[in-house]
Parts: sequence; structure tokens; C-alpha cells
Amino acid sequence: MLQVISVHLENKPGALMRVTGLLSQRGYNIESLTVARTLDPALSRMTIVVDVDPVLRQQVIKQMNRLVNVLQAVDLTECPAVMRELVLVRIRTPQESRTAVLKEAEIFGGRVVDSSVEGYAIEVTGAPEKLDEFVDVMGSYGEIDVTRSGTLAIALDAKKLRLQPPVLTRTGAQEEMVIEPPV
Amino acid sequence: MSTLMSGARMLVECLSREGVDCMFGYPGGVTLPFYDVLYDHHIRHVLVRHEENAAFAAEGYARATGKVGVCCATSGPGATNLTTGLVDAMMDSIPIVAITGQVPTKLIGSDAFQEADTFGITRSCTKHNYLVKRLEDLAQIVHEAFYIAASGRPGPVLVDVTKDVLQGQGHYQPVTAIHLPGYKVFTEGHTGQIRRALQLIGEAERPLVYSGGGIVAAGAAAELRELVELTDAPVVTTLMGLGALGSSHPNFISMPGMHGSYAANMAMTNADLLIALGVRFDDRVTGRLAAFAPHAKVIHVDIDPAEIGKNRAPEVPIVGDVKRVLTKLNKLLAEARSANGEQPHAARRAWWHQIRQWKEEHPLRAATSPDEIKPQHLMAEIDRLCAGQAIVASDVGQHQMWAAQLIRFHEPRLFLNSGGLGSMGFGLPAAIGAQFACPGKLVFAIVGDGGFQMSIPELATIASYQLPIKIVVMNNGFLGMVRQWQELFYNNRLSAVTLDSFPDAEKLAGAYGFKGRTIEQPRELAAALETAVNEPGPYLLNVKVSPAECVYPMVPSGAAINEMVLGPPNPVAVPAK
Repeated sequence: MLQVISVHLENKPGALMRVTGLLSQRGYNIESLTVARTLDPALSRMTIVVDVDPVLRQQVIKQMNRLVNVLQAVDLTECPAVMRELVLVRIRTPQESRTAVLKEAEIFGGRVVDSSVEGYAIEVTGAPEKLDEFVDVMGSYGEIDVTRSGTLAIALDAKKLRLQPPVLTRTGAQEEMVIEPPV
Repeated sequence: MSTLMSGARMLVECLSREGVDCMFGYPGGVTLPFYDVLYDHHIRHVLVRHEENAAFAAEGYARATGKVGVCCATSGPGATNLTTGLVDAMMDSIPIVAITGQVPTKLIGSDAFQEADTFGITRSCTKHNYLVKRLEDLAQIVHEAFYIAASGRPGPVLVDVTKDVLQGQGHYQPVTAIHLPGYKVFTEGHTGQIRRALQLIGEAERPLVYSGGGIVAAGAAAELRELVELTDAPVVTTLMGLGALGSSHPNFISMPGMHGSYAANMAMTNADLLIALGVRFDDRVTGRLAAFAPHAKVIHVDIDPAEIGKNRAPEVPIVGDVKRVLTKLNKLLAEARSANGEQPHAARRAWWHQIRQWKEEHPLRAATSPDEIKPQHLMAEIDRLCAGQAIVASDVGQHQMWAAQLIRFHEPRLFLNSGGLGSMGFGLPAAIGAQFACPGKLVFAIVGDGGFQMSIPELATIASYQLPIKIVVMNNGFLGMVRQWQELFYNNRLSAVTLDSFPDAEKLAGAYGFKGRTIEQPRELAAALETAVNEPGPYLLNVKVSPAECVYPMVPSGAAINEMVLGPPNPVAVPAK
């Protein structure tokens, strides 16, 4: 079964690589990955879907939490959480099955985002397994091209995100700097 | 208030404000502006002969003092050469800051001369790393780097600075605060867990303190001593923790693990409580994990939550600074003791009796021979001269294990080791860093004939700064540890381990302008070492030892630590009690 890790991290260059590096260094493949900034533009939220054994997953999540750029990494696999994905399907379909395609799309709550003589572009959001079915159904009507967003997840009882407070340094003395004489 | 200055000057100003008095480096094209500022600055720049050794020397400095060590290299090959030292510092949690130059921002990604993706390459080699592309970020980043390196679980931090940032002019504003919203430092242990630890310690019949590098990093040697005195528990100390409890302390057993003592490994295997302090249950200590300390409950104190439960699930996990946790725990232990009075515990007396018996059955003894210098004999003589007070920087291999077994250290920060990474070539540059950090101290570099030749260019550094380091080469003509494994596990098929060419030590040292000598007779040993120590400058002593010696006890790979091979020729497997 695939597992889901949700990560709050700083929106900074390299932060993504630090998180994914913890999986790739162990030779694990990432099934899907989404990342975008949060309400606070200084932060991003990432959803990673992987297939890692549970003990190792706990270890990897601890190591993610250890990263300087990571505010919080949580395992959503066992938590109450909502998971959604978006799929865009372009289908080339002959005139006679256009109506049937539309009907099927409607069953999946799909929306036509482009229509042409050749066929349609349809978007559907839903649970990842539901989208698998949708893609299968569309495939039976004609030639398709598919792109998926990867899973987005949000916990239903989210832990409060704690930001670490600033730390004062002793290096900020305002005194006039002494330019050292040559030794 | 702000002052207009170049990025390079700003960088040096930041280092100065961090209290850096000495750094180790090697200049190059893109770091020219930085070196121009250093030219007449009070920070001492030590020119090493290879960037890898700059990182090792910075580690030596940090390991000997606990202060952040600093190294510097240019872009491309300079930066890539640092990486072994960075990983080394990462594995042993040593605070160092590496400054590297990067090609100008507009050339990044263009395969410019001496360009390498330092930020990408060192991502997994460091606790954190930075690429500085804007002058206004420089000061903040440098101070963050020092803060991250030294706080929490220490480690290496790299700051890659582009040449245009070094050359640019900007207003320097002193940095008053560090803001890292995601950087979590856990210092105070959970009081409830500390109380549970107290309870387990009270109930234990066969307690054992398993302490490591975390005690050294936290400066918690005094607290460890207090704990030991309050509980009268026996103590084993990992390679990284040697000296955390003085070697002559009556409760000190010795080092456990692959080449640990019989008593230490038997104590680990038979204990009913492990008080694990600043350790990470490393494979070289635990042997086969499933059979490690099978009867013990575990209290695990570590500042890094990712270490808790990584290899062994503890009954009582305590995330916190081991110094603060021990202060609290000791207070509770003292209160409990004054409330209940001293309760000499029959089971505890039996446990001590058992440990003494193990110690007597198979002590770590320095073998000697009238015909050839045994490596153990060499270590025993060095131990005599060190008297537990000298700094010993070791390289990696057999000599390292004999040194760990036979040289005593009365304080922490005396035995400098590449523990986790096991980087050959570490010993000599680490000794250089330590000697700069502690100019008045006696510093030995104990190296093998293999590792010595990996860092042999640093003889030039030693000569040029006239560092009075006593370099002792334990020369057995082999890559000894690999040879030992080939002998024991590969039918003695000695493949690519013979070092049959070694320079004449007297001529080699003489070529650099200092003294050196080769000895091979046991009767010469003590006097030769004394001559080396009494020499005011550097000294290279090449000691030819018996080539076929193996390090014992030895726990074969995949065995439990009580399944020790105690010596040649017939391996003796010792069953668990």
C-alpha cells in the first residue's frame, strides 16, 4: 500500500531536494510529489506518496523533521486525512461516441475544459483510485493522453504548526568596527 | 549604523565576530577577494597542502576545543576535495563551517572554469548548506551557519559564496538575531521520562552506563561522573566518548564493540539496564543488533530525536541535551538517596563482582616481545608518555583500535578520531588542527603506514609552522586492518594490502627540515619516544612493528558482541551467560 507524508517547509531553493534526498539516498522511488506555497508565501506544503516499509518511514520522517528548512513532517498514512488528485485527460473520439464520453465524464464529476472536432480535454478531481477508474473508462472510448497532479492531502485533525522563535546573537554589537592593523 | 565594505570584508568581519581566530584553507581563483582581506587581518589562516586536510584540520581544531572549526576552499576541485572532511564531521557530529568560493552568479550552470555544483554535491554531506548569491544575505547566512553548526546536534555547515558577492560593495549591518522557523533544538528532557528513568535505575540489578560522543559534545563529563558516583554503575565508553569518564576511574570498564574489551562486551550482553547517553547504537558497537544487550531495558538520552529508536527501541526515550538531562536526573537520584538512605544491593554487588571477574579473565594487555616491537607495546609506551593528558590524533585502522584499547585518557577531547566515517588520512591533519587549537599541549599523531601516506603532504604544513607534533608511524608494511580481515575471513589471500615501499623516515623528515628516525628493536622504543617528545619541534618516528599482528578481541561481522574472537590461532566463541 502506498503511504502519504505531508511536509511543511520553507519556500527556499534546495529545500525540496533536501526532503526528497532522504528518500533517494535509500533508493526509494517517489510515486508522486506535489509542492506549492501556503497562505504564508515564505512556506510551502509538500505531499509525498511513497512505498516504504513502516519502520523506515518513521525514521525518514524523523530525519525530515531534523532538516533546517522543514517545519513539520507528518505521516498521514494512518491519520484521518482527505486525499485528492486532479487528472487532465485529452481524448480523441469519433463523432458517434462523443455523447457517451460526456456521460461517463459526468458520472466521475468531470468537467470539459476544451472541446474540438477531434475530441475533448476533461478534468476530474477525486481520490486517486477513482481517477484510475476514470482513466480506464476513457481509454475504452479512444486514444487518450493523461497527466495527473499527484496526490494532495490534508489531515483532518492537523497538529498545530509551531514556528521556532528568533534567537538573539552576540554578533550584533553595534560598536564601531576596528579595522585590524597588519600583523 | 552600517558601513560600506566589500562582500569579502563582510565575510571576514562575520568570522571575526564569531570569534574565529584560526582557519585552515587553500586559496584559488574565486576566493582571491577573500584572501586579499585576510592578508592584513588578525584571523590566522593556515595554509594546508590539500583541501581535504583543511576540513580534517578544522575538525581537529573543533574536536580538541569544542569550538567551531573553520575551513576554506575555492570553487570546483577545492570544494569537491572538502567533501570527505564534511561527511566525516557529519558522522561524528563535529561543528565546522566550510567557506567555499563559487563562480560568478551569471556563470553558474555554464560549465565555467572550476565550476562545480557545490551546493548540490554537499547537500547530503552537511547538516545544512547555503549558496550566497546576494550580498545582502551574506552576513545573515554566515551567522546562521555558525549557529547551526554549534547548536543542537553539532555538524558541518557549508557556505558557498559567489565571486560577485565577494567582490560587491554593500552596507554591513550587524546581525542581531537568527530566525530559523524550522530549526528545532531540543534541550530540556521530558521531566516525566526522567522520572521513569530514575525508577528503572532504582529497580535495576545489573545497570550499565553506555556513554558516547554526545557526552563530549555536550560538555557533560562532570555530570556523567556525578551520575556514576550516585549510582555506582559500571561504564563503557564508545570510541567517540573515550575520556568522557577518565580511564582510571574505578567504574570505567573500557570500550565495547567490534574491538572492545571482553569485559565491556560481556557487560553489555548481560546488563539488565542500559543507560545510553549520547550514543547512537552504531553497528560497530552493537554487532548483530538482534542479539545486542538481550536482557536490557534501555534508557536512551540523545539531543537528536531521529537517533531515538533508530536501531534499538528504548523503554525510556529522552530527547534533550545530555548535560541538562543528567543534571535533572542526578538531582532526583540524590534526593532519592537521601530519602531512602544508601541501600547496598546484593544483586549490584554480584554484578560488580562478575564484571571484575570478566576483567581479570581477559584483560586488555599489551603484549611485548624481545625480538620485535609489538604494536600493543608501542601503544603502552605512548600511554606512559601521555599520562592521560596528551592529545592523540589517530588515523584509521589497526593502530586506531590498539590506541583506543591501550592509551588512557583522563579527560574528554584528547583522543581525536574519525569514528563514524573511518577516513584514512585523518590523523595527521587532525593533529595539525589540534596543535593550533592547543599550542601548549603535547600532540601525538598516531598513524599507520597507509593513512600516513594519504596525508603525507601535510608534513610541509607541519614544517612551515614548526608544529611540535610527534608523528608516530605504526609501520607494519600492510594495510593492516584489511589484511587482518583477509587473513581471518578470506583464507589469508592477501590482495592489494602490501605496502612494501616506505620512505626513509630520517631522510623524509630531514628533507622537510626536521628530525626523524626509524626503529625496529624493542629495546630502542622507550628512549626513541622520549627523544621525540623532548624534541622542541616536529618529530617523525617510524616504528617498524611485527607485521602479522591482529587486533583482538574481535567480533566478526554479523556476530553478537559476546561472540568474540579473543585471539589467534583458534577462535574462541564465548557463549552468553
